[in-house]
Amino acid sequence: MSAGATQAYGTGRAPRGNLLAGPEPDVAGDAGHAQHPPRVGFFTDTSVCIGCKACEVACKEWNAIPARDGAASDEGAFTGMSYDNTGGLGADTWRHVAFIEQNKPLGLAQADVAHGAVDVLALAAQGSGTPPEQAAITPTTPPDRAHGHGAAPAAPYGPPEPDGRTELRWLMASDVCKHCTHAACLDVCPTGSLFRTEFGTVVVQEDICNGCGYCVPACPYGVIEQRAGDGRAFKCTLCYDRLGAGQEPACAKACPTDSIQFGPLDELRERAEARVAQLRDAGVADARLYGHDPEDGVGGDGAFFLLLDEPEVYGLPPDPVVTTRDLPDMWRHAGAAALALLGGAAALFAAHGSAGRRRPGGPARLLGLLGAPVSKGGHAR
Amino acid sequence: MSGRGNRRSRPAAPEPQEIQETRGAGPGSGSGAGSGSGSGADTKGRTGVNSRSGAAGSGTGAGHGERRPYAETYGNPARERSRGSVSDVTTDGVHGRRPDRAALVGGQDLRPDGARHGGGGRHRRQRGRRGRGGEPTVVPEARFEPAPASASPDGSGTSYYGRPILNRPSWSQWDIGGYFFLGGLAGAGSVLAAAAELTRRPRMARALKTTSTAAIAGSAAALIHDLGRPARFANMLRVCKPTSPMSVGSWLLAGYGPLTGAAAVSDLTGLLPRAGRTATVGAALLGPAVAAYTAVLAADTAVPGWHEGYRELPFVFTGSAATAAAGAALVAAPAAEAGPARSVALAGAGLETAAMTAMQRRLGLVAEVYRSGRAGRLLRTAQTLSAAGAAGAAASALLPRRGAGRGAGRAVAAVSGLALLASSACTRLGVFHAGLRSAEDPKYTVLPQRERLREREERRAREERPRGDG
Repeated sequence: MSAGATQAYGTGRAPRGNLLAGPEPDVAGDAGHAQHPPRVGFFTDTSVCIGCKACEVACKEWNAIPARDGAASDEGAFTGMSYDNTGGLGADTWRHVAFIEQNKPLGLAQADVAHGAVDVLALAAQGSGTPPEQAAITPTTPPDRAHGHGAAPAAPYGPPEPDGRTELRWLMASDVCKHCTHAACLDVCPTGSLFRTEFGTVVVQEDICNGCGYCVPACPYGVIEQRAGDGRAFKCTLCYDRLGAGQEPACAKACPTDSIQFGPLDELRERAEARVAQLRDAGVADARLYGHDPEDGVGGDGAFFLLLDEPEVYGLPPDPVVTTRDLPDMWRHAGAAALALLGGAAALFAAHGSAGRRRPGGPARLLGLLGAPVSKGGHAR
Repeated sequence: MSGRGNRRSRPAAPEPQEIQETRGAGPGSGSGAGSGSGSGADTKGRTGVNSRSGAAGSGTGAGHGERRPYAETYGNPARERSRGSVSDVTTDGVHGRRPDRAALVGGQDLRPDGARHGGGGRHRRQRGRRGRGGEPTVVPEARFEPAPASASPDGSGTSYYGRPILNRPSWSQWDIGGYFFLGGLAGAGSVLAAAAELTRRPRMARALKTTSTAAIAGSAAALIHDLGRPARFANMLRVCKPTSPMSVGSWLLAGYGPLTGAAAVSDLTGLLPRAGRTATVGAALLGPAVAAYTAVLAADTAVPGWHEGYRELPFVFTGSAATAAAGAALVAAPAAEAGPARSVALAGAGLETAAMTAMQRRLGLVAEVYRSGRAGRLLRTAQTLSAAGAAGAAASALLPRRGAGRGAGRAVAAVSGLALLASSACTRLGVFHAGLRSAEDPKYTVLPQRERLREREERRAREERPRGDG
């Protein structure tokens, strides 16, 4: 946020292309912020998420989000979805930790270990200092060390069980508003309640929102929602109030494993590339980034993720597209349809002629009826 | 924090040590184990391992909203302990024997004597419940049913516990679905009213101006009623945003509504005929936009059933609007003036059907939502009513207008008109529900996007191959 950074972001921008879709290097500048700090965001590295939900709690506390209805009434409080009783993002959940249980190995991790002969009390007496050579092989264990343990890289997971099943792995991921480069919620908001901040994030102004609910189906990620009993739409603000005071967002502050990392987006993208390369080297072939690419359907997310499986496994759309990308084409088609209505009706009335001057008899009436299919064919593209 | 500190310094009052029941550990599983020694720990007043839950218990008032008697919430600690349901593991170590309870890991009893399950200490999962059992290791994976052909092992057929990816719009079907219908009826009605006026069909013109005014007033009421904060409806005119179809629509309605009303009032009262004529023409020019923009309103969302059909949806909506307005004209106008309305009814019904067919062809998998369930029923009803209405309208043209059969012709026309109106309403509600259905099922979000990704990959591979060969 130095003067140099501001200059770099505020001036010398790349030629502006289509503001509805595609890469947009200076998103805050294009929104009218002449001098602005660099664009900030989240990099959520799910490979180190431990599912503690501290982010959910910190978010609720800082932003004073009310409790969910289900929890209060005991109705639907428990979902049966592993340890996830939050369900998904919405008006009252701005951070959501997903829990996925899978019959898959995670990198070189071995879960299927015999513990029958282990004396846990002796282990406890030994204290917490596990010698490094006895530490379990984790996804981040360098391959040479993993090999040194006799875990052959070709078959690191051990043989499958007699019933053919392999081991369990547990994926956890903290989801949040993506603060899209091209935010559909912001584009379709009819009141200007949603706006782009100087940090390049997307925020709802609660004193403007009139609860039309249009942003809700516009969001390709299912993030924003109207609060029951309030009517207005709510979502993550990336702690706009904290950013203004030079603080990092509450969830990133609370995250004990730095699974949630906050910072300038360019820096986060570099860090994420390095991390995914590191994981791949360690044998986690499934590791991939999600939402980092400025070429994607929403122009890249301000909050992007490192995932260990396909996005839909985490409840994320595999190829989200900002709906307003197609808006010019939509208006064109609607214009054609409106002209078809106007022209078709005019033509049919003209075919029938004026009621006063109309020639008597049936032929004119039949002519009009016959005219209908012809005009229909012409208008139906 | 302060609560915890208080708790630690508190003297030897018997602490509530809420048991965290191990899953599947039945009553009596720890029979007698900790009974004798429990009281020892009790008198020493040590903090139990479950100090967190204990702390929550001591702050009963804060945690539970209402204060409940201590014993009602936690029972008698001594009795609990004697039943073995309270641990004797304290911060100072183990007092007495450990309760004979074992954690169930992976749905399997890991006690050495758990060999009755054939465990032998090594994890071995079992399907379903057996003996003391437990639960299956893994929450069943949510797969789309029936699994579509494109479901592949890479997870493209999966979802997060079957939960929708999109948040469902909270729009009410009567407000927004109703508005789709009323807006179309008003918009197309204004076009027909102006055409009728210009071709000297005054009674049809007057009837349609009246219905358009009523319909647009109803639309505005429905739209405001659907707002989460109706008192703030004027915020819609705070900005003018071409990227927001709702903003464009608000401004359209702000211009169109008064014009329609002025045209109707002038016609009904005979006041200011020239201004009335201008308003009629103005409303006729804005009317088609009012009828067509609602399709963009629906399509400019991430809802697959609406967005993917954005090319055809405006034609479905204007066709349906023309059908409705022609229906209203057939109900209200005398037979001598109804000729063009019959033609418009046929053309509108035809356009609507053709566009709907084309849209469903384009939608592919997502077209299911237009064929099944509530939307499917509504759209099939609409199709039947539209066919019947169009046939009735055509037949009424051939019935005699004078003499004995006059009444029959008029009745057929009126019934046909009502059928056409009902058909249009069913179409709009059907489209509305189809969209909701497509938002609620993650497969309509995931599978088309997967298909899109696959096509993009193939295209990229095709483009790169020649370069690699050369």
